[in-house]
Amino acid sequence: MKLNGMTKQWGVLLFAGLLAIGVSATAGSTAAIAGEDEELWQSIRDDVFQAGKPIVDNSDKLVLDAPYRAEDAAVVPISITIPADVAPHVRKLTLIVEKNPAPVVATFKFGKAAGLGERKISTRIRVDMYSNVRAVAELDDGSLQMQTKFVKAAGGCSAPALKDMDAALANIGKMKIKSFDDKAASSKLTSEAQVMVRHPNYSGMQMNQLTGLYIPAKYVEHIEVKKGDTLVFDMEGGISLSENPNIRFTYSAAVNGPISVVARDTDGKTFSGSVVVSGS
Amino acid sequence: MLKNEKTPLIRLGLRPNRRSVCLQLSLAPLMALAWPAAGKTSGNAHVTEISDGIFAHHGHVELQTEANRGDISNNGFIVGDEAVAVVDTGGSYQTGLALREAVKQATNKPIKYVINTHMHPDHVLGDAAFLPDNPQFVGHAKLARALGARSARYLEAAREAMGEAAFAGTEIVMPTLEVSEPTELDLGNRKIVLEPQPTAHTDNDLVVRDRKTGTAFLGDLIFSVHVPALDGSIVGWTIVLEKFGTEAPALVVPGHGPVAMQWPEASQPIQRYLGKLASDVRAIIKRGGTIKEAIETAGESERGKWKLFDEFHRRNVTAAFAELEWE
Ligand SMILES: [Zn+2]
Repeated sequence: MKLNGMTKQWGVLLFAGLLAIGVSATAGSTAAIAGEDEELWQSIRDDVFQAGKPIVDNSDKLVLDAPYRAEDAAVVPISITIPADVAPHVRKLTLIVEKNPAPVVATFKFGKAAGLGERKISTRIRVDMYSNVRAVAELDDGSLQMQTKFVKAAGGCSAPALKDMDAALANIGKMKIKSFDDKAASSKLTSEAQVMVRHPNYSGMQMNQLTGLYIPAKYVEHIEVKKGDTLVFDMEGGISLSENPNIRFTYSAAVNGPISVVARDTDGKTFSGSVVVSGS
Repeated sequence: MLKNEKTPLIRLGLRPNRRSVCLQLSLAPLMALAWPAAGKTSGNAHVTEISDGIFAHHGHVELQTEANRGDISNNGFIVGDEAVAVVDTGGSYQTGLALREAVKQATNKPIKYVINTHMHPDHVLGDAAFLPDNPQFVGHAKLARALGARSARYLEAAREAMGEAAFAGTEIVMPTLEVSEPTELDLGNRKIVLEPQPTAHTDNDLVVRDRKTGTAFLGDLIFSVHVPALDGSIVGWTIVLEKFGTEAPALVVPGHGPVAMQWPEASQPIQRYLGKLASDVRAIIKRGGTIKEAIETAGESERGKWKLFDEFHRRNVTAAFAELEWE
């Protein structure tokens, strides 16, 4: 099963299913739901990670910040902080929204330019129904460290894209890279920057009633960020990332060169940009 | 136009309206006929003649519930010598029916146009009640696309919020007359102008202006009492409101709040809200703050000045941040 992407048929089926069971599911007994949730998580974790491998929940190796109640299910801000003593040992970070049709939101693989200081990744995600949101870090000792937050939100995946459709389509592929470099940055191990890509990130679950058809899934599936020639991270993403994918991240202040970003969507279109930051 | 049209406001505030139409009794048999099972559907569309031949209905400043049947936005109609134009229809088939009954009580002229000021369900979901009149359903040129992308969700959410009985009969009606530039409609000795707007509250806002009295139905370009809801562009909305100031209507029907207001009293609070929201969010973006920080702090000084603040404000901040961070 490919969890990042999603076939259209699956999307349609799931969407219809969500509508049908949306109400009745919450009416079921708590115990039964807890059991089902446990089963769901087991099947997801066995698909995404090595089956049966233990995962440390409530780990103190990372902090996951997510709103308990999301204001806009299509744009739910989340962030992950990894303390400086753990950061150099983190190889991979996986974000999961358990009940989304495509549960894996994104997987980040870190490179040397991710730096030695405290590591932060923030992004915006879609949440389709009340769900656990999980962040799982894979350390260089092979262990899996997890933090979980419950988020109340509904309809994020099928929410219509884009408030101003014409503006959005006219600007598709536009990239903006912001540096939050401050004066004191030279004394710090890491600095912060943000990459933004204009893209509808069509989930495949957004229907056009005029045609009766679902808009085919089309989303940013890969973003690579480098400092100079050195990798900060590369990210594989799916439909659970919000439209206009937006990632705020830390990078090593010690590596020279500009920040450069290459993004690719499921049509194979690539978008790129770079920015010179101070001190490099 | 007709700067002396102050009388409507006095009429509104101080005494029972000349032609206030209350439908509780008249509508009951009709409801019973349509939904024998529904039982407790007491129609209660209540319109006020805010200016000569212009009637407006006051919707509750609430979220949609079974009790209010989606009657949570203002709507109304304009009566000419030959025809009637309805402007918005409320949030359910039943609010539409109640408004239709109010039209029938006020005039025997045929309903030739049903105009939607924008896509939102609390303004369009009563449209189907007017299908028997075979009117033109009029909207911004971008309305059909916007409804196309949203109608399934709108209907599902309405059904869930109101329950089957209050929802029954509700459907989306696609526009049959699409407006992409200022367009005049003749109601018989009375011309109204439809003015499509650039992206503001939504990307399909349409203003309806009555030439005769200078009254304008501004839809949700104006929120009063009810906190604004941003579903278009905060920059665009701000500009649209500023432009209106240069050609201010004599009387304004806001999408939410009182049925009639005057300029600039109608626009000042929402301009202040949007201005504060934009400046707070821009300041946070400028110093490298996060969207989370903005959601927690931006525009908080507006709390207490609006109803439903908790229901909409943070969502507005999210939308404003996502828009303004591209500046
Ligand atoms: Zn609206």
